[in-house]
Amino acid sequence: MSAASGAKVVPLAPQSAMAPAHARLRGVTRVFDLPKSTLHALGPVDLDLAKGEFFSVVGPSGCGKSTLLDILAGLSAPQSGTAEFEGKPIQGVPDGVGVVFQEDASFPWLNVRDNVAFGLRRAGVDPAEINRRVDYAVGFMGLKDFAASYPAQLSGGMRQRVCIARTLVMQPRLILLDEPFGALDQQTRLLMGDELLRLWRETSATILLITHALDEAAMLSDRVGVMSTRPGTFIDFVETGWEKDRDSRVVSTPHFGDITARLWEKLRVEALKIMSAGKG
Amino acid sequence: MSEKLLRVIVVVAMILLVELLCRVGVIPRMVMIAPSDMVVELGKILASGQFSADIRITFTNIAISTVLSILVGFVAGVIIYSLPSLRDAIEPLLASYYAVPTFVFYPIFITLFGVGSASIIAIAVLLAVVSMVTATLNGLDRIPRVLRKTGQIYRMSRIKTALLIELPAATPYLFTGVKLSVAYSFIGVIASEFILSGAGIGYAIAYAYNLFENGHMYALMLLVLIVVTVVNTLLNIVDRRLQMRRQR
Repeated sequence: MSAASGAKVVPLAPQSAMAPAHARLRGVTRVFDLPKSTLHALGPVDLDLAKGEFFSVVGPSGCGKSTLLDILAGLSAPQSGTAEFEGKPIQGVPDGVGVVFQEDASFPWLNVRDNVAFGLRRAGVDPAEINRRVDYAVGFMGLKDFAASYPAQLSGGMRQRVCIARTLVMQPRLILLDEPFGALDQQTRLLMGDELLRLWRETSATILLITHALDEAAMLSDRVGVMSTRPGTFIDFVETGWEKDRDSRVVSTPHFGDITARLWEKLRVEALKIMSAGKG
Repeated sequence: MSEKLLRVIVVVAMILLVELLCRVGVIPRMVMIAPSDMVVELGKILASGQFSADIRITFTNIAISTVLSILVGFVAGVIIYSLPSLRDAIEPLLASYYAVPTFVFYPIFITLFGVGSASIIAIAVLLAVVSMVTATLNGLDRIPRVLRKTGQIYRMSRIKTALLIELPAATPYLFTGVKLSVAYSFIGVIASEFILSGAGIGYAIAYAYNLFENGHMYALMLLVLIVVTVVNTLLNIVDRRLQMRRQR
């Protein structure tokens, strides 16, 4: 665990500008049709995710963070602009993309092992390979003793581990996490953050994490994107400068304070806009 | 003392009380025979096979009615769910459906199907089917959106998502409809046999009642009670397991 010297704050500049982007958004907007009006939820947004990068998105409630994730996951198509993964336009859910949602997405009728194996079975993977990958993921996420348990017998944190393990076994190259620890208490969140960093180092996957928690973003990420109020656009990119072998102990360093202060400085202005709009 | 044990004690105490009241003559034999005599009479009619045809007809009709109610109710529920405008229009009707005494329609069914099993099954299905429709709508409403999204992430087809995610997710709620369909089928079939049949347990009970054959009447009533209790106990065991898994 260590921090690079000083918080490297690079407004609006994606990391590794020279490296080819693993995922790329250009001029992406999303507008929702409501019964009597339209809602401009997102954009225009430009974003380059470098291969193997841990990128977090923070922003005020309703700024379009989850919409951004849905577009990258292929669950939603942009109104305008382009979304690409590994150089190909995103049309439907691309191969190699895994998603962990905030809500409990474990299947209550399947035990932990069958939950984790679900996607592999649907993909027609060889049974021996399924067993190998499931054994690994269940062990990696600390679920070995609960392999035969059903989600109802597990805590919220454990169920989220099941969902992460279920994503992990698919060996995704891009993992999208939509506030996966939002429903957990602070201590569990920090520990789950450590698990996530371990998973990231192990898999070398690119990670995009949507979060409300500035501390979570500051601790976990290589780079944090700060979004404006709706329609959400990126108003700042903050490079954290952490080394790859970091863990939750970084929260006690002065550098961590610098990063969160920088994030809050930008986000506070946006949060105040929402508050004043609410009062008006 | 556990809740279950207390329940058994209350039931046994009530049976013993009725037994005592019958034995000392507080309840005349013309009104009711003692529970122990009911058991003896039931043994006799089962051994003699005197009512075997009636028993077979009744339980066959109940089984047919249950299966039809579940299938028709489920399919209707899925169709109504997939057509929101239709649902908005008929949901108030479904909500007030059980205010209608279904048995008033028995002349229509006699005209359509004649006296016999077909009319009885039609009335029982009419009584039971809406509980399955309502349970299906409730079950489909309660499938968490995130589970459907998970199906999309695994790039599953609409049919595979329905079969492998939506159906299992809705099962605990659907099972409530199954339980109600069974209960309403019992009520519908046996009650209909009283009014529009020449066979079946309901008919046999009414026949015995008219001839003051209390032994036969109470033995058949006891048979119905025992079967209903056993079926409900089995359904409740399954239901409890499903509900336990539903807790999130």
